[in-house]
Amino acid sequence: MSMQTDTAHLPSPLPAANAGAHAGPSLATPRDYFALLKPRVMSLVVFTALVGIVAAPGEIHPVIGITALLFIAIGAGASGALNMWYEADIDAKMSRTAKRPIPQGVIRRGEVLGFALFLAVFSVVALGLLVNVLAAALLAFTIFFYAVIYSIWLKPSTPQNIVIGGAAGAFPPVIGWAAASNSIALEPIVMFLIIFLWTPPHFWALALLRSDEYARAGIPMLPVVAGEAETRRQIVLYSWLLAPVGVLPFILGYAGLVYGVISLVCGVMFVVYALRLRKAAEGEATVKAAKSLFGFSILYLFLLFAVLLVEKSTGWSFGQLVW
Amino acid sequence: MVIAVDKQPDQEGIVLTPEQKRARRQRSVALAILLAVLAILFYVVTLVKGPGVLNRPL
Repeated sequence: MSMQTDTAHLPSPLPAANAGAHAGPSLATPRDYFALLKPRVMSLVVFTALVGIVAAPGEIHPVIGITALLFIAIGAGASGALNMWYEADIDAKMSRTAKRPIPQGVIRRGEVLGFALFLAVFSVVALGLLVNVLAAALLAFTIFFYAVIYSIWLKPSTPQNIVIGGAAGAFPPVIGWAAASNSIALEPIVMFLIIFLWTPPHFWALALLRSDEYARAGIPMLPVVAGEAETRRQIVLYSWLLAPVGVLPFILGYAGLVYGVISLVCGVMFVVYALRLRKAAEGEATVKAAKSLFGFSILYLFLLFAVLLVEKSTGWSFGQLVW
Repeated sequence: MVIAVDKQPDQEGIVLTPEQKRARRQRSVALAILLAVLAILFYVVTLVKGPGVLNRPL
């Protein structure tokens, strides 16, 4: 038996190529490449990184600040593209992701991998050259964490995937802070914690709505593995953890009274939405409660960071605690 | 044996469809714009940083 025949039977460690892709020269347009960057996720990354930049001590030249944001966004886009490259088979099985460029067959996996790796390396090198090495190192770690630790390792293997993987989405304010001050402090770590604890209830609310699709795709999301009741219980648990951590910037004296009041009220509302979901009856009531929590969770994160942004950028804050 | 290196092949090779040509042109234009923007960005950052452009403390 020839060696070629032997190796032909070995399972590939990589997912199969997208069967729907057309043969011959590429049909992909710039719009398809842009879609690979997950623009909606990128917008959240840019927003939270901006808060990190603005909140950091010292002055940063606006051109350097915008440059930092641009390359942080490109790095986040590279992570998204690497995720789409690896999960193309799963994306094709879920209605939420079936219209992405690879499952649609407009772009081949090899093209996506090359594009994503180029962007990842380019964004890290450019951030290091034009801004500072600390921010570049954090960006490199974030890309690695999202693409390898979360997408390749955790997501297909454990229902805690989104808990640990959520760290990747929590890093942007830390990178922004590092870009502006070339340092890391407790303040950006608190911002990290807010996003980190926000991620599980946010995604599990979505996962409750799509648990059938996740099961079909073979992804061990919490509702698939542990059931709806346990997912609701853990959503409430994380909401209780998130609410006080959301107020920490005020308690530690980093933010003013307006932030303190808004974060407290929103934190209580978050817990109320989570409790409503836990008590909702099976069926339509659960769908409605999960959608409400999912929608409110987006508003919650936006409001907290928007108030921080306004307070820090205008210097308009009163009632800050002094320790 | 003599091989004629200048002999044209019988086949025309890959012929792009109008759709493929349009997609390739759009990609080329986007790349050109991005390269121009990056060149300007690097130039402006160099001006902003001045002599400190090479100073990158760890």
